[in-house]
Amino acid sequence: MSVNKPCKGIRRLPFALGALLVLWSGVALADELNMRPGVTTISQSIFELHTIVLWICVVIGIIVFGAMFWSIIHHRKSSGHKPAQFHENTRLEILWTIVPTVILIVMAFPSTKTLVQMYDTSSPDMIVEVRGYQWKWQYKYLDENRNPAFSFFSILSTPIEERHNEVPKGEHYLLEVDEPLRIPVNKKVQFLVTSEDVIHSWWVPDFGLKRDAIPGTMNDIWAIVPTPGVYRGQCTELCGKDHGFMPVVVQAMEQDDFDAWYAERVEAQKERAALESMSFTADELMTQGEAVYTKYCASCHQANGQGVPPVFPALAGSPIATGDRDEHIARVVDGVAGTAMQAFGSQLSKAELAAVVHFERHSWGNNAGDLTQPVDVANVMAGN
Amino acid sequence: MEAAQRKTIRNLLLIVVGMVGFVCAMVPLYGLLCDITGLNGKTKGLYTYDPASEAVDKSRTVFVNFVTNTNGGMAGRFWTEDGGLKVHPGQPHTVNFYVTNTSDHVVVTQAVPSLVPGLAIDYFHKTECFCFEQQVLQPGETREMPMRFIVDAKLPQNMTSLSLSYAMFDVTELVDASVLASGGNKG
Amino acid sequence: MSEVVDSHGHDDHDHGPDKGLARWLFTTNHKDIGTLYLWFSFAMFLIGGVLALGIRAELFEPGRQFFEPEFFNQLTTNHGLIMVFGAIMPAFVGLANWLVPMMIGAPDMALPRMNNLSFWILPFAFGMIISTLFMEGGGPNFGWTFYAPLSTTYAPPSTTYFIFAVHMMGASSIMGSINIIATILNMRAPGMTLMQMPLFVWTWLITAYLLLAVMPVLAGVVTMMLFDIHFGTSFFNAAGGGDPVMFQHIFWFFGHPEVYIMILPAFGVVSQIIPTFARKPLFGYDSMVYAVASIAFLSFIVWAHHMFTVGLPLAGQLFFMYATMLIAIPTGVKVFNWTATMWKGAMTFETPMLFAIAFVILFTIGGFSGLMLAITPADYQYQETYFVVAHFHYVLVPGAAFSIIAAVYYWLPKWCGRMYDERLGKLHFWLSFIAVNVTFFPQHFSGLAGMPRRIPDYAVQFADFNMMSSIGAFAFGLSQVLFLYIVVQAIRAGKPAPARAWEGAHGLEWTLPSPLPYHTFTHPPKVTAAEMHS
Repeated sequence: MSVNKPCKGIRRLPFALGALLVLWSGVALADELNMRPGVTTISQSIFELHTIVLWICVVIGIIVFGAMFWSIIHHRKSSGHKPAQFHENTRLEILWTIVPTVILIVMAFPSTKTLVQMYDTSSPDMIVEVRGYQWKWQYKYLDENRNPAFSFFSILSTPIEERHNEVPKGEHYLLEVDEPLRIPVNKKVQFLVTSEDVIHSWWVPDFGLKRDAIPGTMNDIWAIVPTPGVYRGQCTELCGKDHGFMPVVVQAMEQDDFDAWYAERVEAQKERAALESMSFTADELMTQGEAVYTKYCASCHQANGQGVPPVFPALAGSPIATGDRDEHIARVVDGVAGTAMQAFGSQLSKAELAAVVHFERHSWGNNAGDLTQPVDVANVMAGN
Repeated sequence: MEAAQRKTIRNLLLIVVGMVGFVCAMVPLYGLLCDITGLNGKTKGLYTYDPASEAVDKSRTVFVNFVTNTNGGMAGRFWTEDGGLKVHPGQPHTVNFYVTNTSDHVVVTQAVPSLVPGLAIDYFHKTECFCFEQQVLQPGETREMPMRFIVDAKLPQNMTSLSLSYAMFDVTELVDASVLASGGNKG
Repeated sequence: MSEVVDSHGHDDHDHGPDKGLARWLFTTNHKDIGTLYLWFSFAMFLIGGVLALGIRAELFEPGRQFFEPEFFNQLTTNHGLIMVFGAIMPAFVGLANWLVPMMIGAPDMALPRMNNLSFWILPFAFGMIISTLFMEGGGPNFGWTFYAPLSTTYAPPSTTYFIFAVHMMGASSIMGSINIIATILNMRAPGMTLMQMPLFVWTWLITAYLLLAVMPVLAGVVTMMLFDIHFGTSFFNAAGGGDPVMFQHIFWFFGHPEVYIMILPAFGVVSQIIPTFARKPLFGYDSMVYAVASIAFLSFIVWAHHMFTVGLPLAGQLFFMYATMLIAIPTGVKVFNWTATMWKGAMTFETPMLFAIAFVILFTIGGFSGLMLAITPADYQYQETYFVVAHFHYVLVPGAAFSIIAAVYYWLPKWCGRMYDERLGKLHFWLSFIAVNVTFFPQHFSGLAGMPRRIPDYAVQFADFNMMSSIGAFAFGLSQVLFLYIVVQAIRAGKPAPARAWEGAHGLEWTLPSPLPYHTFTHPPKVTAAEMHS
């Protein structure tokens, strides 16, 4: 038996643990360390539940750990304490079974109430489809007053240079997108969440909303956002390589502003469609193509066209990007089923498709020497 | 001692075998559970419409929202003529859906339905639906697919809007070559 | 682990161990196999730890540091798989091999040859998993929970090897559990009733039943994956009429009992250590047994609390919330019992006791965050954030891993007849204790602030917490090198330990001489009230 002098270390134990407990309760006190209360009534009831259960834990912790430290300090062999030999106490044991049970029952009531509210998706004022893709979100307004042809993608807009530490990081690093979802304030908005490929999860902390996006299944959640503003969240289900790079950004606007934006945006989409009958110069195609490539293609095929073989093939020198143009178009339009190569025919306009194909055929040493126009894309899509 | 031990081991192996059986049974059990509770939003199978027993509730309208998507990188288009319909519960309706194969090869498609809110599943009946079967589409082919449905008059009052979503999958790789060879007789 | 020599000269045909490698390859001796398991799990702990340090190095600052996102996902996945299946579980099986026969007065395990096989499967299983990291297309990158369809339709080609490896370790676990149950039920020394068994034996008995029940489920779910990938079935593929959510139901039907498989033996270890150093019998032995049994039962009906965000119907959410909250009751009983055992004892604080006390406190903190996670509406905000990471690391690192370390310090003097360096042991404790909290406590805050888990890069507001976490992780990793040194030093040059290495220790294992003969209890010992609980 190694007999030790009352070691100094053990005297520090209560203080170390005490400090930990203070830190733990600090969660409830300091705003920057705590859950965000958010802006909706639901997120605020969640915050209240969180606060209540946290304090219950802190109080129980103080009692149990307090008894333990008291015992550690006073009932030590080095201070000459003789061990008692009791090993049961029925009354005490019943007590510490019943008290936690009662606490849990008390907790169950407000939790149930909040949950029931969260599940009440009836009578929405507006419906938005939220669709997860590897690795971006697509939004579509669905209710009867909306244009069913209108949808758009919301893609991370943080430049790759910031991610590679080549330039300073902006305020909303990794939490910014090219186009946020816009919704009106004070309207009950129902979100139908689903996925194109793998499981994603759509989370806006300030709304208290998180729901998995599952291929083949629709999930419904709702929010009434009372204050205009920009609300940021992220995908919260591992969905592959760029899981960390598909933020959720929602902008809540006054109804009038929203209506104005919506009308303008639908008009812009129509104009984009009109571009399909136009022809472009090589320079125009390259400029436009590079923009599309950076947004939709570079995360897999990389900005330098080298890809990450074998999962994401290189485009520089690839047989498709240097071979037959129509096959190249078909590959981009139809994708490759069962891989991360999506069918971009349903995601991009014909003008964008033409530009990106042209760009890929004339970058990183590829030099096909042809032009790809929207009409060529249209021909391939029509099966000619 | 030896006999007791053999018995213990035999019982333990029975547990393992039983659990293997249980995990096999989980698949049909899960299907059953989904059918009963509407767990995964899947709508029910074919419904037989009997005009005599269905009273039309003209006093209220329900908005049925149709959501169409192609899934898993399918090469093609899938859409409906109506984004949504206002219906009276009890009244049968027909909506046409369309699917186009934009690729240069034969494609087999399968639509997967999902209805929200999940509690409405018991009140949404389909008397005809393309989702009950697969479609074999020739290159460039567009097919019109009617879907007939009735919203039950017993639909709870607080449900004023339903969203029915179809995700259209390219299942060419999952079906037998014989289906492809028969060249679209099915569906 | 030790060069123990049979100095007692048995009267039967048994002799000391074989010489050289053959001893370890062909051994059927429970002590040798226990040693193999423990060294194997320590090797896995170091490999899994290196992967963890890779993760923490990448997350030291925002922006890309060392790895591409694709490789980062392989790091998190393999860290999880190796720590859960390679480090924690085999370590507990190693402890069971060493201790169960000695605690119940049996000469060996019931099925010694199968015992050898169940160990030697493991190096091959994990060799296969680690080799996938060097394959074209990379290793598993879909998280240790391998949710379909990311792990089926969208998985790298190496997934087939991963599935095969899971089958192998499942077989190993099932064989190990059959062995442990058969030993406990049939080979107790005459006169030892079930309710006299040491609590470590009790917790392992229940754990082994859990393993038997859920390992086939894991095997089933990976087999379905295999069929979906290679044979055109659609268990988890929505296109063919399957449902990816079903994967999660089946996985967590395995996964939640699995969580308790990793913590119940820890309860057992701590219930042995605390009474020894408090010099007082364990408080509430019976309620401890019942609490473990009820936790094991509840573990089968709470699986969907891992899936609160998949969109279950309201009734399902409520059921799983209530059932999950119930677990707090038996868990609370255990913590109260440990506290009451210390109360009015005569405590000393050698290294095993320090780790055991830290276990009780830090595991309880993990339990508190578990209770918070059980509240479904609040779970929507915690789910898949670093709050969850903090929660299960509190349960598994200062929980399960600390209990294993405590067990090694506690029984090492018995295993090899030599004492470790107490001063270094205490140093190891304090370094580990501080480092583990510096690593994982800030993760509560980054989670509450909204940082999702399994991301290779993060928004700037999470930077401070992540840097703290990374510094703590490296300190924790280095402290475990000290642990290795202490153990090796004790085995090679420790001071001889008396048969009853600790003043307050009770149990049949302490009645055996030190150093330990190669074969023990070839004749059943007499079971006395002094050594047993009662």
